[in-house]
Amino acid sequence: MIFVTVGAQLPFDRLVEAVDRIAPRIKHGIFAQIGKGARKPSHIEFAEVMAPADFGARMQRADVIIGHCGIGTILQAGQLGKPLIVMPRRAALQEHRNDHQVATAKALKAVPGVFVAFDDAELGTLLDDPAILRPFERSAKSPEFDRLMGALRDKIDRA
Amino acid sequence: VTEPADRAPIAARRKRVLAVASGGGHWGQMMLIRPLLDGYQTLFITTIPGLAEESGIKGARLVPDCNKDRPLAVISCILALVRQVVSLRPDVILSTGAAPGILAIGIGRLLGARTIWVDSLANAERLSLSGRIAKRLSHDCLTQWEHLSGGSVQYHGRLL
Repeated sequence: MIFVTVGAQLPFDRLVEAVDRIAPRIKHGIFAQIGKGARKPSHIEFAEVMAPADFGARMQRADVIIGHCGIGTILQAGQLGKPLIVMPRRAALQEHRNDHQVATAKALKAVPGVFVAFDDAELGTLLDDPAILRPFERSAKSPEFDRLMGALRDKIDRA
Repeated sequence: VTEPADRAPIAARRKRVLAVASGGGHWGQMMLIRPLLDGYQTLFITTIPGLAEESGIKGARLVPDCNKDRPLAVISCILALVRQVVSLRPDVILSTGAAPGILAIGIGRLLGARTIWVDSLANAERLSLSGRIAKRLSHDCLTQWEHLSGGSVQYHGRLL
């Protein structure tokens, strides 16, 4: 099962439509969380919004997660150790207020298990060859993480 | 010699922390910080029903989500936050964003809390709008991208 999510805030029709077009030619079942007011896909199952518990269960069961390039989606996929394909929202297409998702996507290209599709064609290439999709596992204990926790502890203790 | 009863507990009691994060990535980042916050008396505030419970947190509070383009939502969010800040009287207000977090920090400043802003990982090229406000408003303003630090913007590592 492939799980698609556009995040809690805004619809992302370009991503859902791309998946919908690819769906008939691939074997996997697909379920998409498409956001409020989104255009409805015709070849895949979907929900506009999902309760957090349902959302979590769908993520858990997914073999592959496809999402917008939002930090919430990225952190959840990393925690579950699933392959993650992200498509960044673009400001020029009115998909977000600015291009911060494009910046995040570029920064993530180097991370094993995260695959970036900037458009329809790139998404199609990734889904046609799922064998290349390795799991994305966020390392829980990086030095940078420990350093930030230490700094926050100091600040709270000094308050 | 014994300490006066009203003095000893001040050092001994656990700090009260109000942790404010909107649903989505802001909340995800707060949950990464959570192991630290469990060592304090922490109250979580978010914007999506069921989200805190999904993370196994009981007693979290909800406030309406808002942004600068929805002034009425901003007002109802402020009212809800004031209620929570007044009733908890936190020592520290910590936020990972977004708009409700910066509003909570503003309220915290007025009511004497120590305030800490952690700008989202999502802002790799420029501090968020709320982060730019936090730079002036919050006691501490942290970015998670070293190249964005400088002046009052601190870098002490990142969550990813």
